[in-house]
Amino acid sequence: MTATAIAVSGLVKTFGPTRALDGLDLTVTTGEVHGFLGPNGAGKTTTLRILLGLLRADAGSARLLGGDPWADAVALHRRLAYVPGDVTLWPSLSGGEVIDLLGRLRGGLDPNRRAELLDRFDLDPRKKARTYSKGNRQKVALIAALASDVELLLLDEPTSGLDPLMEAAFRDWLNAEERARGRTVLLSSHILAEVEALADRVSIIRAGRIVESGTLADLRHLTSTSITAELAAPPNGLAGLAGVHDLQLDGSRVHFQVDNSQLEEALRRLAAAGVRSLTSQPPTLEELFLRHYQTDLPAGERAEVSR
Amino acid sequence: MSTLAGTGGLVRLILRRDRLLLPLWVLLLGLLPVYQAAAIDQLYATPAALRQLYDTVVGTPGLLALLGPLFGATLGAITTWRAGLVLTIVGLASLLTVIRHTRADEEAGRRELLGATVVGRNAPLTAVLLVTFVADLVLGAVVASGMVGLGLPAASSVAYGLSVAAAGWMLAAVGALAAQLTEGAGGARGIGLGALGLAYVLRAAGDTGGQGGGLGWLSWLSPIGWAQQTRPYAGERWWVFALAVAFVIVLAAAAFALLARRDVGAGVLAARLGPATAAPSLRSPVALAWRLHRGMLLGWTVGLAVMAGVIGSVADSVNGMASGNAQLKDLLERLGGEKVLSDAYIAGAMVIFALAAAAYAIQATLRLRTEEEGLRAEPVLATSVGRLRWATSHLLFGLLGPTVALVAAGLAEGLVYGLVSGDVGRELPRVLAGALVQLPAVLVLAGIAMALFGLLPRLASVSWAALAVFAFLVLLGPLMQLSQWVLDLAPFSHIPKVPGADVSALPLAWLLAVTAVLVAAGLAGFRRRDLVSSA
Repeated sequence: MTATAIAVSGLVKTFGPTRALDGLDLTVTTGEVHGFLGPNGAGKTTTLRILLGLLRADAGSARLLGGDPWADAVALHRRLAYVPGDVTLWPSLSGGEVIDLLGRLRGGLDPNRRAELLDRFDLDPRKKARTYSKGNRQKVALIAALASDVELLLLDEPTSGLDPLMEAAFRDWLNAEERARGRTVLLSSHILAEVEALADRVSIIRAGRIVESGTLADLRHLTSTSITAELAAPPNGLAGLAGVHDLQLDGSRVHFQVDNSQLEEALRRLAAAGVRSLTSQPPTLEELFLRHYQTDLPAGERAEVSR
Repeated sequence: MSTLAGTGGLVRLILRRDRLLLPLWVLLLGLLPVYQAAAIDQLYATPAALRQLYDTVVGTPGLLALLGPLFGATLGAITTWRAGLVLTIVGLASLLTVIRHTRADEEAGRRELLGATVVGRNAPLTAVLLVTFVADLVLGAVVASGMVGLGLPAASSVAYGLSVAAAGWMLAAVGALAAQLTEGAGGARGIGLGALGLAYVLRAAGDTGGQGGGLGWLSWLSPIGWAQQTRPYAGERWWVFALAVAFVIVLAAAAFALLARRDVGAGVLAARLGPATAAPSLRSPVALAWRLHRGMLLGWTVGLAVMAGVIGSVADSVNGMASGNAQLKDLLERLGGEKVLSDAYIAGAMVIFALAAAAYAIQATLRLRTEEEGLRAEPVLATSVGRLRWATSHLLFGLLGPTVALVAAGLAEGLVYGLVSGDVGRELPRVLAGALVQLPAVLVLAGIAMALFGLLPRLASVSWAALAVFAFLVLLGPLMQLSQWVLDLAPFSHIPKVPGADVSALPLAWLLAVTAVLVAAGLAGFRRRDLVSSA
């Protein structure tokens, strides 16, 4: 057992004129839940497909569980499970059949975990795949992966299409079961809050490169809160406070973003002015990119980020 | 009429989506009877020749069952008989068009997307019925004007065109109803095809007795039968069109009534549940491939066997039919084989079955591409299944499926022909051999499809163009007197005309070697390349 589950460096992949991966480096330690964060189109799925030996890298190196993802694909795939971002199933097979089939092709399925996951995700395995909604197809792929006897999980936006209740069920399972089992998880996502809730370490990808990588504490400077408040009087000294950004004053309404380290001080000043109403939100990935990388997202990426 | 809001826009959408397919089948199917009329006019130039053909056909139940009733000894009447299958094919095309734009859209979720815009509940079905009805009418107009162009009576030609259109309308209405019944488009197609098959069989059974036969009433239970009973060029019975129109109105009304009662996405028949766990045998790529291919295998095998059985039942009567017609005899011999006309007929039919089996070989092999494009290859290849193991699981059906179908066709044709001619022991092995010698040529097409899939996945569908070229060369090449080297490009040109000719092993071995090289190249290419998910 190697201490590094995934080691990628200088990975390049081009599709015609498009440079999907542009020198990507990524390290995932054995046993950790690693968040792979970025907008759609940034290269997350391409990276995962290279790690699965479905695509061949043009340059750079990739090691997965100590092996070569392209040459040792079959042997490595016995030790990992993958949930694609876009799950399509065979319409004439039932959900239960797909779960069993994929589990058996991987090399084994734990029947107890299968039963428990079916229960937790509230999925009827007897329905034909053609009748499943997107969310239910996602559940089939998730259950097949989570119930497999493998040491590495590659999950590509696993909660897309799940309703909030099922999203919570997935988070609970990952935080309790997978942590207890100590499996390595690479979790790609475009939702900051999801990665914050689940991951030990995070790598942020943008336009085919990793722009930031570290533990959640390392990335704390990235996390800020977006605040909108209705005040009794104009606020005092908010504009001058360090860590406050994008301040907008509109009569008694105020909107700004504040780094979490300065949140307490900012709220104190709001309170001094008299708060009538207040809403706070985590920043979207788009806001985060705008603030920290000073680049607007290319038009193609932006449409899918907002959430 | 708010339930019809947006119909115009949807009509344009359907025309845009089908801008190639729709004109293609309308024109091809419309010109087919005209082409056949011209060919018959050439082969049977005198009224006496036509009369003789008429006498033979009317005395041959198998021919009447295959194509339909024959009502007169004129060029027009014989053309409507000869082109009898066109009615069924137009019906099929109309049926599939309606289901494609109704239930298939609904299953794919596109209907929901449209339903949220300003589109009335009845608009999608109305739009596709409008398009299909008009397309059938245009097809009928092509038929009618072509026949008039050949100098046939105008009123009769209009009746003939209308009868073709009516067949399309009736099956379109069947499709509209079938689309309301099941949740899956596959199920709706199954119901529609079942209804079409029943209509064909009822008509065939009724027509075998000829005019005034004891079972003649059976033809009147079939929409296809109605279209033929309008009797173009043989004293038109215009009132039969009223039956057809009434049929369309009743079925379409039923479809709209069901549509008004059900939810979007739901069917009238409840979807059946599958097993909660997979059978122990479903544990390998081959087991999965079997699940995905078995319906296709059954359909092709039964379909080819039934067609071959019908051919076998009429083969013995061919001798009489062509007697006294040197031109036809000559044509058959050039097309098929030597000496005995029945042998030539059987060998000629084998070429058609081989082309059909080759289409199946391509369809089954390209399932690999369908799976890849549909993102269903990815989850399997992300398990401990290697590229070769996955590819060969489908390729197995691309190679063995057509083999099974062709053997079934050979057995069915040999058995029926043997029974009719009274010597099963002699004819069965001869006819079966005729089917088996075609196999090497058929498998070349699976090889081409595999090579394209492995090396040039985006061009995989070029396999179909290759089949079209080969079919053209082997069917029409000899008639057009193309030079031998051009004809030799088609694998089917190297197949001996069995029964009749001697078999030499060398060309067959060469074809098998070509197939092996193509398959190996395809597999090697697929091992090396990226998965290409979108076209």
